[in-house]
Amino acid sequence: MAASNLILTVVLNEASRYPFWVNLHKGAILGFHALLGVRLKNDRMSLLLKQKTKLKNGLPVRNLKIANNEVPYHGAVWDITEALSNFRLAALLGWQDVAQRYRRSRIGAFWLTINMGVLIGALGLVFGTIFNSPMSEFLPFICVGLIFWGYYTQIVSEGCSGFISNSDIILQLDLPFFTYILRVWYRNSVILAHNLVIFPIVLLIFWKSIGLSALLIVPGFFIVTLNMTWIALTLAILCTRYRDLTQIVQNIMQVMMYVTPIMWMPDHLPQRASHVMLDYNPFFHMISVVRNPLLGQTVTAANWVVAIGIAIVGWSFALLLLKKYRARIAYWL
Amino acid sequence: MTSISLQNVTVDFPIYNARGRSLKNRVMKMATGGSINSESGGVVVVRGLDNINIELSRHDRIGLIGHNGSGKTTLLRVLTGVYAPTSGKVDIRGKCTSLINISLGIDPEATGRQNIFLRGALLGFKKEEMKERLQEIEDFSELGDFLEMPVRTYSSGMQLRLAFSISTILQPEILIMDEWLATGDEGFKAKANQRLNELVEKTQILVIASHAKDLLAKNCNRVVWLEHGKVRMDGAPSEVLDAYFGP
Repeated sequence: MAASNLILTVVLNEASRYPFWVNLHKGAILGFHALLGVRLKNDRMSLLLKQKTKLKNGLPVRNLKIANNEVPYHGAVWDITEALSNFRLAALLGWQDVAQRYRRSRIGAFWLTINMGVLIGALGLVFGTIFNSPMSEFLPFICVGLIFWGYYTQIVSEGCSGFISNSDIILQLDLPFFTYILRVWYRNSVILAHNLVIFPIVLLIFWKSIGLSALLIVPGFFIVTLNMTWIALTLAILCTRYRDLTQIVQNIMQVMMYVTPIMWMPDHLPQRASHVMLDYNPFFHMISVVRNPLLGQTVTAANWVVAIGIAIVGWSFALLLLKKYRARIAYWL
Repeated sequence: MTSISLQNVTVDFPIYNARGRSLKNRVMKMATGGSINSESGGVVVVRGLDNINIELSRHDRIGLIGHNGSGKTTLLRVLTGVYAPTSGKVDIRGKCTSLINISLGIDPEATGRQNIFLRGALLGFKKEEMKERLQEIEDFSELGDFLEMPVRTYSSGMQLRLAFSISTILQPEILIMDEWLATGDEGFKAKANQRLNELVEKTQILVIASHAKDLLAKNCNRVVWLEHGKVRMDGAPSEVLDAYFGP
């Protein structure tokens, strides 16, 4: 009984390696020879059978191949849920990074806000004049755009070094890797909150107000967060393995800044070009879902669909990547 | 039930040089069919641990000895869950705490008191739990008003006092240490030794890597001698220590 079972498994194992017509062919030959009572000598199937039926105490014992890596190591989903349930740790570490700025200087992270304000003022005046746009429209536009673009680039570039800069913790504690990504996200979100102070000031200067539609920034920011975290997670894994990727990513982000309507407005584009430059640019949709509500403009259905779609596809990819390489990250550090 | 089980654990380290870490080179290699730097590809594989089998259960106190590079730290990292073995099986039951580097997470710009919370969070404590233990830590460290100062202003001895006081408040089921931690001036050393002895007493499994013969003889009921990532000898402390250090 055991022997026939064994033969069946071997045959099925073997059969699954080839397309069915090959099996048909092999089966015919085997059957034909079996009919004649001839044992094939060098046939792969009989060799395999011989190999796998080493006799032990008169009983056939299957030579089990011990699988590599059958270690029950934490999976990708564990990593994400564990990091989220211990969000306090990520927040504490992220807050610590911001707090460090306050320890040496009284206005701390507001130095970044001052930098950002000067940048917005200068670029707003220069480009507003070049494009001949009314300042009351262009300055709020470039203000929100630059603040969020700064947020995106910081998360992307700090995400690249997300694991490398935490290597001393990773090599000692078995914390979820997503915690370090949340740390990057939290730190930059706090800085974003600092920078957003500029926006009401700009509104005050032009005596403009925002409507109820500004509340759409809440779902918008949530989708942006989903997107930024998967991007940071993916880049953190890849950049830990390939250290030169960081430079490539920074280059790409720089190019994207000019391609995406941050310093120019979508209606500055000629009709034909706008379709290609805007619709196929994921960053256009990601900036639209947060910028348009603040400026009192509508977020198009396409913006929502693309931004949500990228989040879903991106997260699936990031989870697969994390699942595959989670156990290797510590070795790459 | 606290236990540790390692079966045929092997750890291979890929050592990447600048070439192996480069994506550009990887892409070039694909495009040229591997003819560029095909001799190594910038990756050298080093076997850190080779077929290690260790079973530990409650009340085991195990010491690791071996020369530098024999795999002690790697083994400690496997036990902490940092390295997933390249092949073999690891099964660890119980809360495992690693005191390999007690200063981990200490921010030199933050004050001593802020660092207590920071280090505590990394040890897995919630803020409220740390608040309850704050007084105990402050008293033990004897740093007094210095706790209000940034840690960068501390002497190295004071920094160690702080790190030690925070790191030893936990009650792990499995304790992993690299060398005996007690440091500082004479007065503090005695106190720290006592604290550490209590900690070791309470923990269910102790794994300690050390080069000190007396320490291992005193604290361990089993010693493993590692050499080139393999277990060279595994047995009672007196036997293994005599073989390693010479009688």
